[in-house]
Amino acid sequence: MIEANAWTQLKHNRNWLGFWFMVPAMAFLIFFLAYPLGLGIWLSFTDTRIGRVGQFVGTENYEWLWDDSIFWLSVFNTLLYTSVASAIKFAVGLYLALLLNENMPFKAMLRAMVLIPFIVPTVLSALAFWWIFDSQFSIISWSLKHLGLINQNINFLGDTTWARICVIFANIWRGVPFVAITLLAGLQTVSPSLYEAATLDGATRWQNFRFITYPLLTPIIAVVMTFSVLFTFTDFQLIWAMTRGGPVNATHLMATLSYQRAIIAGQLGEGAAISSAMIPFLLAAIMVSWFGLQRRKWQQGENND
Amino acid sequence: MTDLPASKIDLKAVISGPARVDNSEGMSYLQSVPRRLVTLYLPLTIIVVVLLFPFYWMALTSVKPDDQLLDLDKFNPFWTWNPTFKHFHKLLFESYYPHWLWNTMYVAICATMLSIIASVLAAYAIVRLRYKGANLVGGLIFLAYLVPPSILFIPLATVVFQYGLFDSPLALILTYPTILIPFSTWLLMGYFKTIPFELEECALIDGASRWQILTKIVLPLAIPGLISAFIFCFTLCWNEFIYALTFLQSTSNKTVPVAIVNEFVDGDIYRWGSLMAGALAGSLPLVILYAFFVEHYVSAMTGAVKE
Repeated sequence: MIEANAWTQLKHNRNWLGFWFMVPAMAFLIFFLAYPLGLGIWLSFTDTRIGRVGQFVGTENYEWLWDDSIFWLSVFNTLLYTSVASAIKFAVGLYLALLLNENMPFKAMLRAMVLIPFIVPTVLSALAFWWIFDSQFSIISWSLKHLGLINQNINFLGDTTWARICVIFANIWRGVPFVAITLLAGLQTVSPSLYEAATLDGATRWQNFRFITYPLLTPIIAVVMTFSVLFTFTDFQLIWAMTRGGPVNATHLMATLSYQRAIIAGQLGEGAAISSAMIPFLLAAIMVSWFGLQRRKWQQGENND
Repeated sequence: MTDLPASKIDLKAVISGPARVDNSEGMSYLQSVPRRLVTLYLPLTIIVVVLLFPFYWMALTSVKPDDQLLDLDKFNPFWTWNPTFKHFHKLLFESYYPHWLWNTMYVAICATMLSIIASVLAAYAIVRLRYKGANLVGGLIFLAYLVPPSILFIPLATVVFQYGLFDSPLALILTYPTILIPFSTWLLMGYFKTIPFELEECALIDGASRWQILTKIVLPLAIPGLISAFIFCFTLCWNEFIYALTFLQSTSNKTVPVAIVNEFVDGDIYRWGSLMAGALAGSLPLVILYAFFVEHYVSAMTGAVKE
């Protein structure tokens, strides 16, 4: 009886103790994350403007957006930006990870250097791209002209197609190190004896990759790519620093458009509707991640020690 | 939650790569030198050059005299023979730049400290106290990591305004932890799990309180984790843009990333030298920090995908 009591007491205690330990973290997350998240969805059903409390207007904002070609353009841009950039980040990142996994001199230094684009604040490197892609003084135009490949400067950030290519390039440039280093970490857990055995059985390099490296790397790929897709999809700063959505809205992502409408034009309700429209896409990405993790647990079952 | 592959990785080896671990390509001696040149060194060189070129270009621009910057015909743009520190001088003595650096540093350090305190407590409670619902809360914290700032900034702006925090660094100090806490909690949970339970049991039997156990036993053992969390949080704060752009208004309150984008362009005139000097100077603190703590940084980063 006494034992049971003591045990209940301890359990009771532990729950309270746990509660007190959680208070600071939960306070931040509730006041500055959960509450604003709910508020954002609520705002998307109102006509709030900066400096004026809004009225509930039902789905008017969403109906308005449904007929707004710029909104649909931003959805298209976001999907294009995310899919192209993520696919290339994955391909180049995996390739770079495989290269860095080889034996060579100065390996440690190379690996450290590769990460630098990821560390430097995005906006500051976006400025470097601003300058590299400048319409008059671009070093790329200069080089191509001197190689005799073009006659005219390329208007990198002023032409719709070029602007899209440039922002996607900058995003890839920034994202590749993260993908590469994380996959490299995964590669190092693959036991070399597997490759030796396969090679003795006559496997080619491609077969080694396809039937050993890739399957063993799948779980980590699933997670890295979920993060990569999620962060690319919600990217704001790179676009804002490089093009602010221009030229002619060609690089507006949903995030930048919602900033433009909400903060610059002052239509908080409409902006909130645009950012709320991102939620279904994000949920989809999270679902994929969740299934990826399930799969990972299942794969781990066999060699869990 | 189960430990996932990333947590089993010898993270130091990812960067420093001792031969013991890194023998995955143990058969590379089978390849001839010319073949390695084409399949390994050439592509690697191209990628590394592309990754680092913008920094070279930034550095070069920031020390180029103005006349050389805009005259591509007379001077070879890839080099300069008469570097100048005029742009840096202008930046440091004729602009708000030191102010902005200070703001960024101040906000980053305060927000990081707050987040780490909150995360240490939360992570300890989830991993060690295992109170009722700990797993659920752990899962919720992980989900919080997936809520992006670009969805939250509009309602947060109204919240910040309501609380009377608009245009004050406090707005950033209080909102950044929502980005940092989920991440560092997950990172620290991994570290706390590696500390043997027996140590705590002994201390409990000797009559130590939970608080004493945390500060005297767990934290000293988790120092590498704390450093990783600190560095990563600090980097994220330094990098943050959208909240700083939305919540701050007066020039003197801005942080480096926001200020540079907005304050160095006079209409159509881009002061490229100062811009690049500013971008470079704004990146340096992080690069220096990174250079000293590469291993911690990588472990923090792969910690992000640990689950």
